Amino acid sequence: MQVEVNGDAMELPVGATIGALIDQMALAGKRLAVEVNEDIVPRSQHQSFALSDGDRVEVVHAIGGG
Amino acid sequence: MSDTPEILLPEDKPLEIAGRVYQSRLLVGTGKYRDLMEAGHAIESSGAEIVTVAVRRTNLGQNPDEPNLLDVISPDSYTILPNTAGCYTAKDAVRTCKLARELLDGHDLVKLEVLGEEKTLYPNMTETLVAAEELIKDGFKVMVYCSDDPLLAKRLEEMGCVAIMPLGAPIGSGLGIQNRYNIRLIVENAEVPVLVDAGVGTASDATIAMELGCDGVLMNTAIAQAKDPIRMANAMRLAIESGREAYLAGRMPKKLYASASSPIDGTFF
Repeated sequence: MQVEVNGDAMELPVGATIGALIDQMALAGKRLAVEVNEDIVPRSQHQSFALSDGDRVEVVHAIGGG
Repeated sequence: MSDTPEILLPEDKPLEIAGRVYQSRLLVGTGKYRDLMEAGHAIESSGAEIVTVAVRRTNLGQNPDEPNLLDVISPDSYTILPNTAGCYTAKDAVRTCKLARELLDGHDLVKLEVLGEEKTLYPNMTETLVAAEELIKDGFKVMVYCSDDPLLAKRLEEMGCVAIMPLGAPIGSGLGIQNRYNIRLIVENAEVPVLVDAGVGTASDATIAMELGCDGVLMNTAIAQAKDPIRMANAMRLAIESGREAYLAGRMPKKLYASASSPIDGTFF
């Protein structure tokens, strides 16, 4: 299936979870927040939340800013 | 010889925002530094306890070993204040705050800024009001970047914003406090902390903001883009303290003409 991650198309196995996506992005263990189709998915649900074809995912973190 | 007796000044009430007390009245950003290490050192030198961060996409191609900002500027040591910089609509600002709250384990103090245009980065106040209302309803504690309109500032306070943060000059301009009269009016009418957010260029600008009675100053570029950010951070710390002391002391009235400091009586010539 294809999902959009941070604006870019990404191919993932059907039923892949947010946890799997984070692993694939080499971001496991980092402090980040995830939104799917503009709704927050709490960290506690990352391992169980299965993505669907066409989902728009945002993975964000804190950077320098004023 | 006896020691000089220490002069005890009456203590100032510390800055209180959303029920939390802070010893420092200087709030600093984390952007525009050469690297994270410099940012960390400058922030330490500033004595700031509240530190702003931005929320952005994780770069897909980023080096995964690169240290994270929050590893250097830890939420255990600082009150992290996520901003909504770069947002031009209420909707984007609300989304950003929700992501920030998730990022920071439920921490709900945010800096709301909704921008109007790129050239001046002046706040879009209609969108700011919409976003503030929605965020407050959702339980956020909102420190709001706003225009220097005393009526809008009061309205934001009445809506429940925990701090009012008018600009002193455009973000990143370093022009100094261009609107002393308005800032003073906002301070006079406010019952929540008023902080100048944006416009400070050097230490004297920060002092002026504090002399006007502001409860604090938030700055980023003035420190980060100084030739020596760590030293400028220290200068800003002193400037904020100095301005606060002068405000509490109450300045002398301005006069049009001179008034001799030495008595005329007893002259022998």
